[in-house]
Amino acid sequence: MLDRTSGPLLEIKDLHAWYGESHILHGATFNVQAGEVVTLLGRNGAGKTTTMKSIMGIVGKRTGSIKFEGRELINLSSDAIARSGIAFCPEERGIFASLDVEENLMLPPQVRPGGLTREQIFELFPNLRERLKSQGTKLSGGEQQMLAIGRILRTGARLLLLDEPTEGLAPVIIQQIGSTIRKLKEQGFTILLVEQNFRFASTVADRYYIMEHGKIVEQFANSELNEKLETLHEYLGV
Amino acid sequence: MDINLPALFGQLLIGLINGSFYALLSLGLAVIFGMLNIINFAHGAQYMMGAFAAYFLLQFAGLNYWWALIVAPVLVGGVGILIERAFLQWLYKLDHLYGLLLTFGLALVIQGLFRHQYGSSGLPYQIPPQLTGVRDLGFTFLPNYRAWVVVFSLAVCLGTWFMIEKTRLGAYLRAATENPTLVRAFGINVPRMITLTYGFGVGLAALAGVMAAPIYAVNPTMGADIIIVVFAVVVIGGMGSIMGAIVTGFGLGIVEGLTKYFFPEASNTVIFVIMVIVLVTRPAGLFGRAA
Repeated sequence: MLDRTSGPLLEIKDLHAWYGESHILHGATFNVQAGEVVTLLGRNGAGKTTTMKSIMGIVGKRTGSIKFEGRELINLSSDAIARSGIAFCPEERGIFASLDVEENLMLPPQVRPGGLTREQIFELFPNLRERLKSQGTKLSGGEQQMLAIGRILRTGARLLLLDEPTEGLAPVIIQQIGSTIRKLKEQGFTILLVEQNFRFASTVADRYYIMEHGKIVEQFANSELNEKLETLHEYLGV
Repeated sequence: MDINLPALFGQLLIGLINGSFYALLSLGLAVIFGMLNIINFAHGAQYMMGAFAAYFLLQFAGLNYWWALIVAPVLVGGVGILIERAFLQWLYKLDHLYGLLLTFGLALVIQGLFRHQYGSSGLPYQIPPQLTGVRDLGFTFLPNYRAWVVVFSLAVCLGTWFMIEKTRLGAYLRAATENPTLVRAFGINVPRMITLTYGFGVGLAALAGVMAAPIYAVNPTMGADIIIVVFAVVVIGGMGSIMGAIVTGFGLGIVEGLTKYFFPEASNTVIFVIMVIVLVTRPAGLFGRAA
């Protein structure tokens, strides 16, 4: 069980980000409390993935404030950000073709105590145990997603950034990913999720932020979902 | 055709020794190219610096060959790290051509400085007393030092292959070759790893230089003489392929040796003929992955 602290675990204020000359984020402001699952919603190009990458320090330029456990990250390199206790699972999964499944799984170093053991990861994703010696990219899409999530659970990071974990997966695998996210939440992990699949997000999220044109334009809790359906329709078309 | 076995084995042995140097040097180039995307044309000059470092260590510090095997690669690898920090780190996002031109320029500068200071006639470096003498194998005579060169370089090559393919550190290197941004986002200091990898690759070149010193003498042009052949070896093996560099290095040394026996006129060009054939039929090299 991981520690929980009071106050926002992640606090983002007036975040701007650029890819070259393109100004993508225009002052995003939001926070994530310890132990929450928070989902960023928005249409394609709204800036959700760029927000994730900005938190990890892998966009070209960013300004504003990103505080994790009260510590400012905006000027840190991405490796230092990861070592502060944030783990990132990218949209494209980032499985390495030159590494087998075991090597992919063991790749991210432990940044803090308290990460899951290999056995705990295999309990969450039993398929991985049977495919340990396969080339990482030879796994099915679902197995690759399990591997991508499983490997960041070893690190001891308290905050997991999951970028579209259900993209392109079969419904049965999406259910499994959803159940895994709920188990991780029970174990004390804090999760910031980017999702296009609102149906999926509604099964795991505590709160939502809606992004448009690089800003947060709306926020609400899962308990307010029924009242916000019109807003969702307006911004997302769902 | 009558085959003169002692002459054939003699040439095979020379081929195997040349192959040892080809393998060590192309291994360093492959490691550097795989991680940095830099075609390190200064590799020959760094090999020469290894031989000179061994000479200086003996002359000025009294450190013998065995010490030089350890100290020279560390010293020259350290120079490599300075080169990476001062020059190469600014080129990673540019085309390969920029790295090649910069390292080519560095090679000329380094070689020119050594030639200016020490001339081009070469400086002597003795075989260590423990490795003098010759072994009679029945079918040919095997100088002990040359046997050592073959065995030691094979051990270094296989050790490097094991490190890269079978260890956690090697997994970091392979992963960072594919997607350095993501590896860094896992908390691994990729820029430092790149710097150390360049230092390691340069250290391998220097190690080859130390081993070459007693065979070829210490000469400012010794790197320029061998580097073109080594580049051909790397192209044939496949740019960035570790096992490709090792197998092709030893293999082409042997092919060169056999050609010296069967068709000596072609011995200087056989590797380049093979390179052309490989480039036409399998552009990614024998062990390389197609882009």
